[in-house]
Amino acid sequence: MRDDGGVLICGEHSEGKLASVTRELIAVGRRLADALDQELSAVLLGSQVDAQLARESIYSGADTVYVIDDPLLSEYLPDACVAALERLVRDTKPDIVLFAQTSMGRDAAPRLAYRLDTGVTLDCVELAIDPETRLMRQTKPVYGGNAHAIYVCRSKPQMASVRPKTTTALERDEARTGAIIQFGGAICTAEIRTKLIRRVKEEMAGVKLEDADVVVCGGRGIGGPEGFARLEELARLLKGAVGATRPPCEIGWVPAHCQIGLTGRIVSPTLYVGVALSGSSQHLAGMSGSKHIVAINKDPDANIFSLAHFGVVGDYQKVLPAFFQKCKEDP
Amino acid sequence: MNCAVCIAQVTNPETPAAAFSIDLKARRAIPAKDRPLVINDYDQVAVEAALKIKEAKGGKVTIFSLGAPSVTVAIKHCLSMGADEGILLSDERFQAEDRALVAYALAMAIRKAGNVDLILCGRQEGDWDAGQVGLGIAEILNIPSVNPVRKIEVDDGRLVVERIVDDGYELITLPLPALIGVSNEIGPARYPTMKGIMTAARKSVDVWTADDIGIAPSRLDPSSAKVNMLDLFIPMRERVCEFIEGETPEEAGANLRLRLRKEKIV
Repeated sequence: MRDDGGVLICGEHSEGKLASVTRELIAVGRRLADALDQELSAVLLGSQVDAQLARESIYSGADTVYVIDDPLLSEYLPDACVAALERLVRDTKPDIVLFAQTSMGRDAAPRLAYRLDTGVTLDCVELAIDPETRLMRQTKPVYGGNAHAIYVCRSKPQMASVRPKTTTALERDEARTGAIIQFGGAICTAEIRTKLIRRVKEEMAGVKLEDADVVVCGGRGIGGPEGFARLEELARLLKGAVGATRPPCEIGWVPAHCQIGLTGRIVSPTLYVGVALSGSSQHLAGMSGSKHIVAINKDPDANIFSLAHFGVVGDYQKVLPAFFQKCKEDP
Repeated sequence: MNCAVCIAQVTNPETPAAAFSIDLKARRAIPAKDRPLVINDYDQVAVEAALKIKEAKGGKVTIFSLGAPSVTVAIKHCLSMGADEGILLSDERFQAEDRALVAYALAMAIRKAGNVDLILCGRQEGDWDAGQVGLGIAEILNIPSVNPVRKIEVDDGRLVVERIVDDGYELITLPLPALIGVSNEIGPARYPTMKGIMTAARKSVDVWTADDIGIAPSRLDPSSAKVNMLDLFIPMRERVCEFIEGETPEEAGANLRLRLRKEKIV
């Protein structure tokens, strides 16, 4: 291993699989490490971590994988995770530490940064090395996505979390080789203050929003749960999933976990259909990566049209049934 | 059970993109004329959560905020909702974009006020943040934290909370004192009552400077910030929407299908 810092990414996995956000994060880290001519490491935390996960991290682009295996890391507990990462970072002294902006990353990254007395920029959409200063330029949306800010961190390690789906993972390459190192977390029970009683899954039936190839999303203008039932029909026909902006979730027309946006889920389907929603920046932050964007809205000035590829100005209650009928007639 | 709630005044998140502009020199947003600054949505919900705890368990609710003197209005609003006291950290030397300094100042103020069992804040703030100030306060005060939370119960000196995760929630227990980042699922913030407004009108908001909370002048020097903003800009959108027409909305709907088919999208 070279003695110059390096880039460390904090990996995530569940049910024996490397998370897709982690493959993306490895791609981000790879670019930064190459620009600095440094090594890219990944760390995997867990209990009885499958060796295949470490190999997968290498196939995805990492040079070295640290595995911290501890029964206390079987579930995400912030105190255990941050303590283990703190030891690893103090020991290996990376220049850059990256997280994905996930349930775990958004919680662990700030705590780790403050514990290490360094700076962190959360929810970045672009990271690049400044060729002159060799520092990491961190671009993140601010003001709900209306503006972008570029930051630089003057202390080491430079820390950031990366918004999911802002990068494509590298091609998996089984010919890649790297070192797998078991790192002792040495976590003691006394360090752990928050305790997990249980984890409850609340998935909707059908296709998972983040994985759906087609997302049909409704806004406040849908008017009620009946309207969402029609979006469900359309989603079924297109083999997609239904999402919503914040108001329908808050009012209770659809469950909260349907929310797409800065504070909800981030989707990037092949086709996104936005129905009766204005396109607040908070929502756009969750879907702007979609490949084809279609918007249906009564208001020709609705902000969603600024991002849409195709738009129909009109009452969705009239537009959608005709669209639906045409799809059925002519599949 | 004494609660501290940290709130922030932010640009109105409903400001349409077309009305949004930035001051390039000061590197911040210029509030649109008809869209005055508002209390961050999630922070109002955090105030609501604190008031519910107060109703169930007694104690008092103190509001903390860092900002210009005009933030007094936001704090007064929380007092009219039913909070007991308000403290504004206001000092020209505070740089709001230095999130670590904001977290440090709020932590120092809460420590000075003392006797706080639970700190509540919004899960994230709409202007600069993605939720680091709250967690930063917890780390500085060395207390446990959970964020984002949709339900809080106090049981025999411990908290039982529901933390939102990607595919459901986690039921978590933790000791006090603690910090909780509150999400909107906890329920909408109440409107002030007439009685609340009159009570709040008689209260004053304490203003503390950096010196009052013991922040060293060296930490206030902009060069001490670990993270610097290099640039702030409005990203360009060059996309032009192709509007699908029709004599009637129904016809437009059918035409949309034909157009998407032609592009082989569906």
